[in-house]
Amino acid sequence: MTNYADLSSREAYGKVLVELGQNNNDIIVLDADLSRSTMTKFFAQAFPERFIQCGLAEQNMISIAAGLASCGKIPFASTFAVFASNRCFDQVRMCVAQPKTNVKIVATHGGITVGGDGSSHQAIEDIALYCSLPNFTVIVPSDSIETVEVIKTAITTKGPFYIRLGRPKTPVIYNKGCSFKLGKADILKDGRVATIIATGIMVAKALEAAEKLSQSSINCRVLNMSTLKPIDDQAIIEAARITGAIITAEEHLLHGGLGSMVAQVLANNMPVPMLSLGINDTYCKSGNPEELLAIHGLTSDNIERAVKDVLTRKIVK
Amino acid sequence: MSDYSTSELEGIARKLRYDVIKMISQAGSGHPGGSLSAADIVTALYFKIMRHDPKRPGWPERDRFVLSKGHAAPILYAALAQCGYFPSEWLSTLRKAGTCLQGHTDSTLTPGVDVSAGSLGQGLSVGIGMALAAKIDKKDYQTYVLLGDGECQEGQIWEAAMFAPNYKLDNLTAIVDYNGIQLDGFTKDVMNLEPFLEKWRAFKWEVIEIDGHDMKQVIGSLETVKNIKDKPTVLIAHTIKGKGVSFMENNVDFHGKAPNKSETDIALKELS
Repeated sequence: MTNYADLSSREAYGKVLVELGQNNNDIIVLDADLSRSTMTKFFAQAFPERFIQCGLAEQNMISIAAGLASCGKIPFASTFAVFASNRCFDQVRMCVAQPKTNVKIVATHGGITVGGDGSSHQAIEDIALYCSLPNFTVIVPSDSIETVEVIKTAITTKGPFYIRLGRPKTPVIYNKGCSFKLGKADILKDGRVATIIATGIMVAKALEAAEKLSQSSINCRVLNMSTLKPIDDQAIIEAARITGAIITAEEHLLHGGLGSMVAQVLANNMPVPMLSLGINDTYCKSGNPEELLAIHGLTSDNIERAVKDVLTRKIVK
Repeated sequence: MSDYSTSELEGIARKLRYDVIKMISQAGSGHPGGSLSAADIVTALYFKIMRHDPKRPGWPERDRFVLSKGHAAPILYAALAQCGYFPSEWLSTLRKAGTCLQGHTDSTLTPGVDVSAGSLGQGLSVGIGMALAAKIDKKDYQTYVLLGDGECQEGQIWEAAMFAPNYKLDNLTAIVDYNGIQLDGFTKDVMNLEPFLEKWRAFKWEVIEIDGHDMKQVIGSLETVKNIKDKPTVLIAHTIKGKGVSFMENNVDFHGKAPNKSETDIALKELS
């Protein structure tokens, strides 16, 4: 039995595919020469007849996946997030999104925490691109345990999925188990002063910030918004109604990401003071993950300060 | 498989061309040239070669057809209606609001259409996925992909061309409707594909060159393909853009333009 808590999200993805592939012959895995990094290598070793090495041809890979899906297969196509989004966007649009084919695109190395590889390998636009596509479900799990649940859900839910995973091993949120519900935000900590809505690796940092804030009696609600599309409008509206101030945190461009989507929900339903943390209209550079997060204002300290900032604008009834 | 004679098939192709002109004329826009050039190939596939059942569009054992050159949707719609996938009255709704017959194919709307197309260069890859599924499931259905020649300027075609022989996909057949014309002019002037056959051979495909309007040759080559093992086959079908309508033949203008009223009358008369 694999202990997923010990693994990075991408390792958990690779391992759970093997586990699920044992009882489901329809699962087919495709990769574009990155199986050692995306961890689909485990599936390739276990089920070579159901692993399709596409070589460096992401466009071809996505359209092949669509052809397989049209014949009843459940294809998982993997590569780095930067390629899965930018390199084959039209293929995703034409072959997957519009015809609603049952293709699961699981991209690893999302965001800037890829680190040293630099801007060419740092996916910072992928969420905006995938969330723009009708018919897509978009999920960024917060840890390896949630990743496992998300993959299981993707298999049992028909339709196009984009699942973004990171490169480094990150803190475990769901030590005590995870009951992932598609399209539902998870309240990890309750509080009434403000709400921090985070996705992916920023969830752990949001919890850290909330812990520190609670020491000065600023009790924040923390929402794990792992499903970005369809976004949980009700959880956002509820958080605004109860806490009256919202902070978002994401490892993605501010344009078109979590912050934009939350702002739209608030503006249309229940405007409250809000502050978004994310990458501000720039490409990033090489560095180690934590350094890069600090450069772009994505640490728990940044979240803590953002909460205090937004509280100065909060309207007290 | 059906028992139509060659001359009966030629008659069906003429009828489908007639429908294409009528549909595009009624729609007021569309691409007549590439539908007319592909008419004989599509006829051969749907009325002689392919195993399919209009009553069961989703039949898992059916042979697959991918119209990669999605702008030739009218010829496919005409064939599907003639087969009985949907009522022929639908044909007059082409491109109109609320229709099941979109300007380019839409797999979510049209019975018998397996693939949405229109953004060129993707159909061969989709066909590879279908052929791989057949291999994995040990099913004997064939997959046919109809490509335009201009479309072969897309890089993805060559990603797919590299892939299929590596996976020994002998259940996959590509057919290039080599009519020599694309939107901006003659293919040889816009971006010459030659030496074209050599390119496919270099990618390790079985290459068969045919006259895409000679029904006997089209049928014969598609029969031959079934016996070629361990590699995919491409039929390079030399065709005439606008074939069957005198003033559309080899005429760049009719790549993407509907005939007006008097042109329609002449065209329909020539095809009756």
